[in-house]
Order: sequence, then C-alpha cells, then structure tokens
Amino acid sequence: MAENKKVLVVGGGMSGLTTAIEVAEAGFEAHIVEKSPYLGGRVAQINKYFWKLCPPNCGLEIQFKRIKNNPRMKFYTLAEVESIQGEEGNFDVTINLHPRYVNDKCVGCNACAEACPSYRENDFNFGMDKTKAAYLPHEQAFPFQYVIDAKTCSNDCMKACVEACKYNAIDLDMKPETVNIKVGAVVLATGWNPYDMSKLDLLGSGQIKNVITNMMMERLASGDGPTKGKIIRPSDGKEVKNVAFVQCAGSRDENHLPYCSYICCLASLKHAMYIREQYPDAKVTIYYIDIRTPGLYEQRFYWKIKDDPKVSFVKGKVASIVEEAGSKDVTVVVEDIYGGGKIKETFDMVVLATGMEATTKSSKVGMNIAHTVDGLVDDGALKKGIYAVGTIKNPADVARSVQDATGAAMKSIRSLK
Amino acid sequence: MEKKFGVYICKGCGIGESLDIEKLTKVSKRGPIQEEHIKVHDVLCSPEGIQLIKNDIKGGTNTAIIVACSPRVKYEEFDFPGCLTERVNIREFVAWTQPPNDEETQALAEDYIAMGTVKVQKSDLPTPAILENLSNDLLVIGGGISGMTAALEAANTGYKVFLVEKEPELGGFARKLYKKIPTRDFKEPIIVDTDIEKTAKEVESHPNIKVYKSSRVEKTEGQPGLFDVTISGASGTETVKIGAIVMATGGVPYDATKLGHLGYGKFKNVVTNVEFEAIAKQGPIARPSDGKEVTKVAFIQCAGSRDPEHLPYCSSMCCATSLKQARYVRQNPNSLAMIFYKDIRTPGRLEAFYREAQNDAGVMLTKGDVHGVSDAGNGNLFVEVEHTLLGEKAKFEADLVVLATGMVPTTRAPQEYLDGLTAAVAKGDEPKKAYLESTLKPEFILNLAYRQGPELPSLEGACGFADSNFICFQYETRRTGIYAAGTVRQPMNMTEAQEDAAGAAFKAIQCIDHVAKGISVHPRAWDLSFPDPQLIRCTACKRCTEECPFGAIEEDAKGIPSFNVNRCRRCGTCLGACPERIVSFKDYSVDMIGSMIKAIDVPEEDVFRIVCLVCENDAYPALDTLAMQRKQIDTCIRFISLRCLGGMNLVWIADAMAKGIDGFLLLGCKYGENYQCHFVKGSELANYRFSKVGETLSKLQLEAERVQLMQVAIDEYHQLPDMLNTFAAKVKEMGPNPFKEF
Repeated sequence: MAENKKVLVVGGGMSGLTTAIEVAEAGFEAHIVEKSPYLGGRVAQINKYFWKLCPPNCGLEIQFKRIKNNPRMKFYTLAEVESIQGEEGNFDVTINLHPRYVNDKCVGCNACAEACPSYRENDFNFGMDKTKAAYLPHEQAFPFQYVIDAKTCSNDCMKACVEACKYNAIDLDMKPETVNIKVGAVVLATGWNPYDMSKLDLLGSGQIKNVITNMMMERLASGDGPTKGKIIRPSDGKEVKNVAFVQCAGSRDENHLPYCSYICCLASLKHAMYIREQYPDAKVTIYYIDIRTPGLYEQRFYWKIKDDPKVSFVKGKVASIVEEAGSKDVTVVVEDIYGGGKIKETFDMVVLATGMEATTKSSKVGMNIAHTVDGLVDDGALKKGIYAVGTIKNPADVARSVQDATGAAMKSIRSLK
Repeated sequence: MEKKFGVYICKGCGIGESLDIEKLTKVSKRGPIQEEHIKVHDVLCSPEGIQLIKNDIKGGTNTAIIVACSPRVKYEEFDFPGCLTERVNIREFVAWTQPPNDEETQALAEDYIAMGTVKVQKSDLPTPAILENLSNDLLVIGGGISGMTAALEAANTGYKVFLVEKEPELGGFARKLYKKIPTRDFKEPIIVDTDIEKTAKEVESHPNIKVYKSSRVEKTEGQPGLFDVTISGASGTETVKIGAIVMATGGVPYDATKLGHLGYGKFKNVVTNVEFEAIAKQGPIARPSDGKEVTKVAFIQCAGSRDPEHLPYCSSMCCATSLKQARYVRQNPNSLAMIFYKDIRTPGRLEAFYREAQNDAGVMLTKGDVHGVSDAGNGNLFVEVEHTLLGEKAKFEADLVVLATGMVPTTRAPQEYLDGLTAAVAKGDEPKKAYLESTLKPEFILNLAYRQGPELPSLEGACGFADSNFICFQYETRRTGIYAAGTVRQPMNMTEAQEDAAGAAFKAIQCIDHVAKGISVHPRAWDLSFPDPQLIRCTACKRCTEECPFGAIEEDAKGIPSFNVNRCRRCGTCLGACPERIVSFKDYSVDMIGSMIKAIDVPEEDVFRIVCLVCENDAYPALDTLAMQRKQIDTCIRFISLRCLGGMNLVWIADAMAKGIDGFLLLGCKYGENYQCHFVKGSELANYRFSKVGETLSKLQLEAERVQLMQVAIDEYHQLPDMLNTFAAKVKEMGPNPFKEF
C-alpha cells in the first residue's frame, strides 16, 4: 500500500478510537495521535455511562483488544500534531512526541513509582489527589506503561526510579522527537474540555472548595478515584447530606457557551443517583432550565430519578453561589421562575454541570481551524480530506459520538482513493 | 502440522523471587516437551528474551508456551506470526497475588503450565473459512433520507448498492416536509429547502445504485456475502446476491387517533405536525375546518412522547420541529405561534434555533402540562394548560392546534406481532391458531429465512426500535451483516440520521471485507477460527440452533444443524450448548478446556482445588487489575478464561467434580436488562445451564454450593478478591470433595 494510503486520527478518545479502529478493520491503515499518556480520553474518566450504568472500561477493553489484534493500527501517546500540510489524498503531517521518560521495556511493575520521592497533582482526578512523579495514568490504563512527569520530577533523588527499575525502562535523558508521516485523510477528534469554572464568576469562579464540576463528581464516584469511590466533600472529607446541582453552568449562555452541551442533564441525573445510592438519607436538588433527556432510553432514566422523593427538581436560573464562612457550606441564590423573587438555600456541596468546550479553541492541531459563532468547529470550512467528528463539531454523548465517528470512517477512506 | 514445542519461563517481575524456577522447569517436562525445549530467561520480554524465542522459531519451533505475564500486556513483543503461542499468566495469577515461596504457590504455577501445555496440544493455528462466490454488493432497505444517504455513501466509496423503497418515489418522511433545519454545516438558525428531489435524483442517476421503487423485500436467505434477497415490486420479482444489508426503513408518526384527549379526531382544527407540514407547503397557512388563514397557532409538545401511556421515550426531533413550524407561522408577521412544552430539547447546536425563537416576540413559549383541548367556538380551540408560569390553570385560544407527535419505528409492528406469536406458541397449538387467525399480520421488513425468526429479534426496553444494546458499539445487531440506521434504530433528527446512515453503511462494507478474508466481524474482528462440528455424532437436540445469539445455525428437516460461518461471531456459545461436545474451533473446544481442567493436579490429602472459568472481556481484566495492586487471592483457585461464558459446557463441571475438584466458580458479566455481554447473553445462558447443575451434583452427592456463578463488571476489581476468597472459604468449610480418594 502506498505510503499515504492511511488515515490520521487526532485524538484517542472514544470518537477517535472508533474512527481509527473502524478504518483499520476495513483494511486501511490508521494512526492515532493522542496528547495524553493513555488512550480512552474523557470516557476513561467516567465511572458509569448514563443511562445504562455500565462501566466505560468494558467498551474500552474491547477497543484496546481490537487495536492489539490489528496490524494496521499505530498510535502515539504524549503526541501532538505540529503541522498538517498538503491536500486530500496527500497530507504531510509533523507530529511532536513528548518524552515519556519510560521506554517500551516497562513491565508495569510499579517499582519506579514506589521509589519516586516526588509528587504531582493528579490531572486524571482533576487535582483532587496526587500521584508520584513516576506514575501510571490510571489503574486500567492502556498502554500499560508508566510515565514520568518531568515538571514535578525533583531530579535530586539520585535517580531513585532508574535505580529501582530492573528492566532499564527509565530513560531520564529521553528527548522530544519529531515524526513525519504521509496520510491521505485527517480526522479531528480532539474532544472537549470541561468549561473552565474560573470563568463562571456568578458561580464562585472556581474559588469555593465545596463547589465542584460534574467531571470531578465522576472521579469522586469512581472506585479508582481520589476517594476510592466515596462521595465526600473536598473541604473536610465530610459525607454529603444535601447536594445541589446547577445545570447549564456555562452552557446555553451567550457569555460563555451559547450551545447546549447535551450530556449535563443526564450526567447530573446519574450523579444524583450515585449520591442517593451511597447515602440513603441525602437530599439532592437540581436547578435547571430544561431537563434534556432526548432519546430512546433517557426519558425513563429521568423518570427513575424523578421518582426518588429525595431528589427535587427546581426550574430556575442560579444567580449566585457563595461560601459560608466557617462551615464551608455553600449558599445558592436562585431566581424563582414560578414564584417570582429569589430562593436562597444552603448545601454541603454544589456540583456545577459544566459544559463542553471544544479543545480546538485552545489547541490548533497543526492548522487554523475556523469556528462557528457559537465556538464549535465549522466543519464545512475544513479543507477537503479533513473531517471533524464528535464533540468538537456538536456536543453529544458517547453513543452519538460513536455514530458520527463511524460515519467519518466512511468519508475518510474515500479520501484515500 | 507436527508441533515442535518451546516453553519459555520468565523470571522477571517478581516471578523468580516467588517461585522455585528450577523445580518449575523440571515439572514442565511432560509429554512431548523435553528438557531441551524449556528455557528460562530473566526478562523474557526484553529484546534478548524475544530473540531467544525468535531463534528457536527459526530453528523450527512452531508452538510456544510463554510462561510470564498476562496476555493483555506485552502483546507486541510476544507476537510470533505463524507460531501457535500460548501465554501462561503466572505473573498476575501467581507472583502478584500469592504468597512467595510457598508450596501451594508453586503447585499453582505448575498447574498453570500444565494447563497451558495441554491447551496448545489441543489447539491448532486457525485457517480462515472463505466461502466462494461472495458478493460485494449492498442492499439498502428504505429510500428515505437515511437509506439514500447510506446508499450514496457506499456507492461513492465504490460499492454497488441495491435500494428498495416501498413507496412509488424516494424521499420518505423528508418528502412530506415543507422546509427543514439545515442538516450539515449549519451556522445560522435558518430554515431551508429539503432538497429531497435533488438527493433522490442523485441516487437514481448514480451508476452504482439500482433503485427498486414500489418494492419490498420478500425474502432474505443465506448469510453475509451470500445473501439471496428476493425483491418484489410492480415490475416483477428478482433475486439478487447481496454482501451486507443496511436497514433504514425509518419510523412512522405516532397514531394521533390515540390522542383523543388532545382533541385529535374530535376537532378538525387539531392536526399533527406531519399534517401541518402539508398545510404549510400549500402556501398561506389555512386551517382545515374553513380554510381561514390562521394567525394564532398552538403547538402541543410531547403529544404521545414522554408519556408512559403512549411512548415512554422522547422522540428527540419534535421540539426542533415545532420551532421550525413556528417559523412557518411567523412568515405572517401578524401571527402568533404558541408552544406548550414540558422541556424544550434542542441539544447541541440546535440551541441556536431555540434562542432565535425566544428573541421573537411572536413566538410564545410556555412550560406547562397540557391536559386538554376544548371548543372555543367558530372552529377555534382552547388549549388548557396546568402548572404554567402564568398561573396554575390557564386557557389559551388558538385558530389551529398542532400536535407534536413523536415517532414509532417501522420495526415495532412486526416485532410486536412476532413476540405475540412466540407467546402464543409457548401456550400450545390452539392459542397459536387463535393468534394467527385473530391478529393482522403487519408488513415485515427483512423476511429472513432464519430458524430464529424473520426479523431482527426485539431488544428489551427498546420499544420496538432496532437498536444496539451497547453504548460503545452503536451498530451491533443480533443478525450479522444487517445494520440498522436512522429512525428505525433510535429516535433522531435528520442530521443524526445522515451521520448514522454513513456509519451503518460503513459497517456493512467492513462486513463484506471481513467475510472476504474469512475473519469474524465485531467484536472478535480478528478471529480466523470458526466452529467445525462433527455432525456424525449429532443427536439433533437443536440446542445450538436455539441458543446461538446471532441465529447463525440452521437445521434440516431431521434437526441436524448447518453452521453459517459468515453469520458466526465466534463466541463459542454453541460449544456450551452441545451436550454431545461435538462443536470445536481449531483453537477452542470442549475437549481443550476439559483437558485443561483434567491437567490440574488434585492432591489426595486435604488440599483444596477450585476451578474458576472467567469471561475474557470483563472478569479477566478485573483479575489483572487486582493483581497489579498485589491483592491476595486464595491459592487454591485456578483461572481459565473463556471467550464468553456462553461457551460454558456442563460436562466441565461434572468432570471436575468427579475428579475431586472441590469447588467450581463461574465469573461472568452482568446479565438481565441492560446486559453487558458482548455476545448478547453469554452469562445469562451460562446461568440457565448452570441451573441444571444441581442434578449432576446430587448424583455425585455433593453440595450444590460447591458450584457458583457470579456476575462481575470490569471495574469491580476492588470487590473481586473478597468475592473469590469468600467462596474459597465456604468450599473449605464444606470440606474436601470426597471424590479425591477415588
């Protein structure tokens, strides 16, 4: 097969994995460029999928098995696209590989992490705990290979990790590399970031300890999360008895994200369930504009949560969130749409249902990407042979991202002809 | 092929510190394996270790037993094409989960090597089954936007497509529309022409597409690559050879006559959203009763949808449709559109349309529960609403009321009919006869000549939609090579339907490619093995034909099965179904697993042995993960992985217990509604078979509790040690299996 008869997929989350694996299983070559040290993206951080409540790692395990068994697949982790030049059928791509400082000889034995004296903020858990500077991104990470965070590596430990590794897997002198490949099509699947809480000044600007995001909640509920699955509030580790969810935190707001982020209603319903399962006496209040649970199963999922007498739904826009001095409780002021006036209520913890911001807003992926006025990738303006899939184009859940990503596989192979 | 063995024992990752490797090499010598075949290396996955194996392969070794880590890691290093390779996992299952330098730990490692050795002795490298005269062509059923998109996507990629549409013209539901919300790259909230004529023309003039209008699929026989599809229509009947099928028959609006409480059928000026499209198409919006041009139109959302009495789901497109139709109304600047809703659902980019409507003073959006429509005189109507922002009870007068009716998939009627028939058949011949006489047979879509039924099997909770059961794998159906797309699969809007159609068409061409290479399709999309039954010993019990989750097995008049390899997904459920143990794959068989169990050394004294069969996709990775955390597992447990627990054959349990194994555990995935099994119902089937294990045990006079099935998800590795150790403790409490002494 000619050198350029392959598809480059930028992003190794569920959308990118799907496009790449589907392309490879149709007999074409597919390369994935992923910026983090593991594959799986946001999905890997999720405890359970709504509405089905199954663990995402189950589907990821199959995806990884498909990768392992497919000779036409290649993936780069800790990699970023520097530039994409050329045209449909014939793109030249430059990829920057950041050093992992751990080579392929790594056996995953954990000796380096044990020996390492330095700690780093765990970004996988949104900074809610720490890992060693030599670490495995998460317990079921793929590839099953450690990584060293050079920024937090203290370097004055006499290379304890190198000493501890019996397999010559640690190479602290690893240098950044550049790889050039030729491809026929490019699929952008770089996904989303949770909208930055610090921009939400009415909602505490990210400064209130017991105000967390929905993605943080996902990690709190995960068995491999910072609290081993126990939902406790960050300020004092106290069990939660009374939790509020603020929907559309950033979304459907022209000052932030003008569009609806699709997943936040369903995510909050699921989170209410996480809380109620752990705490039979806890109360949950969901402040919303509209509850959006489109689709075949999602409405019944909503009903299930709605049937719980300890979960209340209040239609209203949250006007402000303040921290109570001393108790660190959080007071929420809501404009009461029905009654008029303002409702004021205090909670142990508040979860902001923050929306999706397209990652292309903050990283260029080797080219200039045009965005719509709403801030999503304008796929109509992309160069021929370059496709956008998943949440950068239109916020969606996993199921809909998978549909879109499979469809993109079709378009991308046509660019190889 | 004569096997030349090589056993490679790794000492790395704590294996060397945990076990007496020298002793291990000595006992590895058994059967055809001689001392010179056994090699030990400090770090087998190192370049030197790999070279050692590669040199042997060059020297003629064709069967490698790698005694090291889990097959889930170092998969690139230990990949030796053309060499039958077995990974014996003594790192995770022994060194990382057992007390070091213990007699029992040593015995465990020895058993794993013995099992691995037997496994390769009983296996061969698979050679693919490639059938002859395969077709590369696609059949698309349904010529609406989904079907036309699927056809164009495949045709533009170079595939020949046969498109069957039951109506005299292409276009489906979209043809009924006046305007649409732009589907592809919309940037602004505008409404545009559907251009359905243009798309239909493109399809009809495409050199790769053959269109059959006013036609239907009369019969679908065969298997992927070799479907014989009989299409009948006005111009006669034709049978075409098809590789794979996209089913895009769409949906129908919910039957509005069931919405009498909203005035439909009672008042002429209550129409559905579909009828309203026709009204809008004709020019100024005139109401049915008297042709008066309307100035006040009320839209009632969720008419049927989100209603347990009608449709328990959200039809996903009605909110945006009403916002669009409000614009039709607002073409007359003096008119008012009133939308009564529960929640406005315009996810993603569609929010722009909602925002636009909110900024239009001529569109009134009111949240509330509509509880009735009543006569306001002169053809006008009152919409009665409760719990609104404007008061507890309110009445709004309108010239015309539009019901935002939801969608019902075309698969629902045949599914309900067939499910009813199945239920009647189960009750006996009389009820069956009565059912057939009293029930109107709906139009079928696929008309499969499959023993398991003519249509896609219904999925619990899917309300008749031909949906996948999996969040991650949207195009999975239980009939291989048949992929559903668009609103027949899930409620969705036109944009989503187009994306969905491209995806389904892609899965169809992928299936064609795999069949041509003799490879399974998802989820074992690399597997070249296939079931090869020894039919001479078949007793025609029909269990395999009934239990195959994909309907891959047919039977002749005598009940003898025939395996359609291109429908097969290689889960091995047939292996577990067969009481005669006649179904085997080259590298997976009843004999193979049975022999592995027999290879376990059962000491005569009071030492316990438990066999645990584990699901490869969920339980096995969970075990690996707990091993990574160095959790301790009772040393008496031996794990054997299965492709799917559906392959569990009761003979294994009987043989194990008769041999003196003290306990038998099955670790499967979650079953029931919202099951997680990637082969549909493997663990559920295992559980069903397992319910019959009591007989076997009581024959042997053993306690039923010695055998247990547990459900475990991939992320439940924290609970797993406790589950396993508790079971082991219980077995020990019961005391040793008395058969040990025999």
